[in-house]
Amino acid sequence: MRDAALLEIKTIDAFYGDFQALFKVSLSIDAGQIIAVIGANGAGKSTLLKTIAGLIHPHRGEILFKGARVTGLPAFDVVRHGIALVPEGRRLFPSLTVEENLLIGGQSGRPGPWSIARVCELFPVLAERRNLPAPALSGGQQQMAAIGRALMANPQLLLCDEISLGLAPIVVRDIYSRLPQIAAEGLSLIIVEQDIAQALRAASHVYCLQEGRVALEGSARDLTRETISAAYFGV
Amino acid sequence: MSRVEHATQSSRVGVTLIAVTLIILALAPFWGDRQTLRLLAEVYTFVALASLWNLLAGYAGLVSVGQQAFVGLGGYLLFGLAILLGMHPIAAILIAGPIGALVAIPVAALIFRLRGAYFAIGTWVVAEVFRLLASQITFLGGGSGISLPSGVVVAMAPSRQMREFETYWLALILTVVVLGAIVALLRSRHGLALTAIRDNEMAAQSNGISVWRIKFIVYVITAFGTTMIGALIFLQKLRISPDTAFSVNDWTAFVIFITVIGGIGRVEGPIVGTIVFFVLRQALADLGSLYLLMMGAVAIGVMLWAPKGVWGLIAERFGWQALPLQRRLVLEKEQ
Amino acid sequence: MTSMQWFNIVLQGVLIGGLYAMFAAGLSLIFGVMRLVNIAHGDLIVLAAYVALVVTQAMGINPLVSLLFVVPIMALVGYALQRGLLNRTLGDDLLPPLLVTFGLSIIIQNGLLELFTADSRRLQAGAIEIQTFELLQGVWVGALPLLQFVIAVAAIAGLQILFYRTALGRAFRATSDDQPVAQLMGLDTRHVFAMAMALSLAVIAIAGVFLAVRTNFDPAIGPARLIFGFEAVIIGGLGSMWGTLAGGVILGVSQAVGAQIDPGWQLLAGHIVFLAILAVRPQGLFPRVSG
Repeated sequence: MRDAALLEIKTIDAFYGDFQALFKVSLSIDAGQIIAVIGANGAGKSTLLKTIAGLIHPHRGEILFKGARVTGLPAFDVVRHGIALVPEGRRLFPSLTVEENLLIGGQSGRPGPWSIARVCELFPVLAERRNLPAPALSGGQQQMAAIGRALMANPQLLLCDEISLGLAPIVVRDIYSRLPQIAAEGLSLIIVEQDIAQALRAASHVYCLQEGRVALEGSARDLTRETISAAYFGV
Repeated sequence: MSRVEHATQSSRVGVTLIAVTLIILALAPFWGDRQTLRLLAEVYTFVALASLWNLLAGYAGLVSVGQQAFVGLGGYLLFGLAILLGMHPIAAILIAGPIGALVAIPVAALIFRLRGAYFAIGTWVVAEVFRLLASQITFLGGGSGISLPSGVVVAMAPSRQMREFETYWLALILTVVVLGAIVALLRSRHGLALTAIRDNEMAAQSNGISVWRIKFIVYVITAFGTTMIGALIFLQKLRISPDTAFSVNDWTAFVIFITVIGGIGRVEGPIVGTIVFFVLRQALADLGSLYLLMMGAVAIGVMLWAPKGVWGLIAERFGWQALPLQRRLVLEKEQ
Repeated sequence: MTSMQWFNIVLQGVLIGGLYAMFAAGLSLIFGVMRLVNIAHGDLIVLAAYVALVVTQAMGINPLVSLLFVVPIMALVGYALQRGLLNRTLGDDLLPPLLVTFGLSIIIQNGLLELFTADSRRLQAGAIEIQTFELLQGVWVGALPLLQFVIAVAAIAGLQILFYRTALGRAFRATSDDQPVAQLMGLDTRHVFAMAMALSLAVIAIAGVFLAVRTNFDPAIGPARLIFGFEAVIIGGLGSMWGTLAGGVILGVSQAVGAQIDPGWQLLAGHIVFLAILAVRPQGLFPRVSG
């Protein structure tokens, strides 16, 4: 018998202000799995991650994490359950140094393997820059710091919102090359990506959102470019 | 061809009611006693002060807790011009307006460097400076104040009754003028810009509206009106001192509470608020500081749970407008 | 007036500047963390003075000892005030926090008036009030003003350390930077704001007790303390605690010099210096963020 999924999202409707961004979206992810959520701008990908993280509360539907209901919990509670979000646009705290950003990532006090030392092992460039104010870092370095900050919460599920945004391809490849190290601990990842090729390489399972609905779902190996384009653009 | 129409059905009713009320009020000296006239005149001055504060805070987004600076300035201008230059009190009141506006220009230039709540405290500092300066003016009574000399008082009219009537009509006329000016401003193009600023300042700015300039102009206009009303208030009181002239409680706290409870950002708000305030005051009479305390608590409650105030609630519920301030584009068909 | 006399006057101004800096520190802490300017700030200082009055009378202790009680009491009041009332006013609109704290100011003033009447009060700190000693040759300074200044500096230093070297300080800075992302870190921002207010009122408590010992107080003197604190913040520059100390000192010295010229000019001198700095250097003398 299959183990219960780590995260189960059941037919949620979510709004961004007055605008409905998600319509009856369902999704599930197992422990240790990496799934990708792709779709055009405005398809609702970020809204989905924010809803899981608790920044947005769904109007309808349920979110179950490790079997427990987390629908409608405030974000600071959700992270204590073990879900961490790397927000779109990095959003490091500008008044804090890199090290302080990492420290505050661990504010929720969850036990686990991740520490500042571990994060600096994963991203050595952060070790050199740990006492610099966060804005002093390059885009790629900030992205690494943002991922590290989320890891400091010792999550079981890591949500990555468009980590390739605004970064050079070589930097993106560098960051993605380290994801297996993160997943090796048993962490599950949901990756929201505009870069479809990168997403398909990293993930085992793919969801494609189109105007707030799941247009396509399947294993990364089985989906062809044509099927994906059709779902992506809604043709 | 198309034109903009301001009136609605409810506003037509409103304007008619207001016109009828004004006629009745104008005839008050013939049906009301002295106390009633004094009370009504007090009501008018608060309607005017609250409407001006509402224009500043509710439309231009400039929250001032220092308008008492101009109330006191008006009072001292009246006393100064009448006592030192022998000016007729009514002339002094009319001149006080432009002088207040002139004073407001450098004041605004200074305090506009502050934003938001710091701006508010800055206005308070300015009022304090005015108060301290007034205490230094020995020939106007210094710290203890001065009464209006009988010579000046008599110059208004020979009998006390005529003086009371004159003061009453002056209060009514000035208040109507102030309200009329505010309505006219809001109906104009600048008023459209102001309403845009009230609704969303950033959006207004990105639409090319020079927000800073409009705020500056509104601040100066408000000072004009407040100074004149201040002069009128102290003509009625016949006595002035720095503490009464620049009292935060009388000229700011009550004004703010009136506007908040009545409804910020709508012209009818201050009128409704003043009525509520005076009804409560008559009903609760001599409670002194307890009354202020209650008003403060009610104002906080309104701010948190009914931020649009009493009129705001009514207007939204029934879609009413007492004054023709809406803008509807009427398209006329071409033949 | 000899130069030694002028030196003494300036020294007195510096010492009272420490008190003004304490008024200001609580104000700028709150503004820094949640962009809230508490119009009732000065009245809370006066409230602290009255709490000290009640505590010293009830327990028969020295006002300076009453600090042990007044500080926690005011901190709790601050936490409850923020959590129960002021958190609801935070947001993009600038009117609610301003008007609610203004209403609060009026409520506190009139509440104190009802409870304690308008009589002027003062707390006696005992022997320390008359103790003086020679700081330098020919320069005498009172023990109490000096103690007050030292504690003001210590309070500001303490706030700096807290802000930049502790987890709570990190939480303050992060929440002020980006509220939603701070929540993603597991921070309950309602609690963080309430802690900031509790801290601000703790500093206010210290300032209030020293105010009560130093001068006559009554329910109406709150707004003037708010203005002094505010002027110290603007003169010193936004965002800098040490700048606030400098601002307080400059204000204190201006007032002392002004008082020397003419007693009626004491307050005016301070206001004029403030307006002058606003005119020529509106960002303050030592702003943390330039421009």
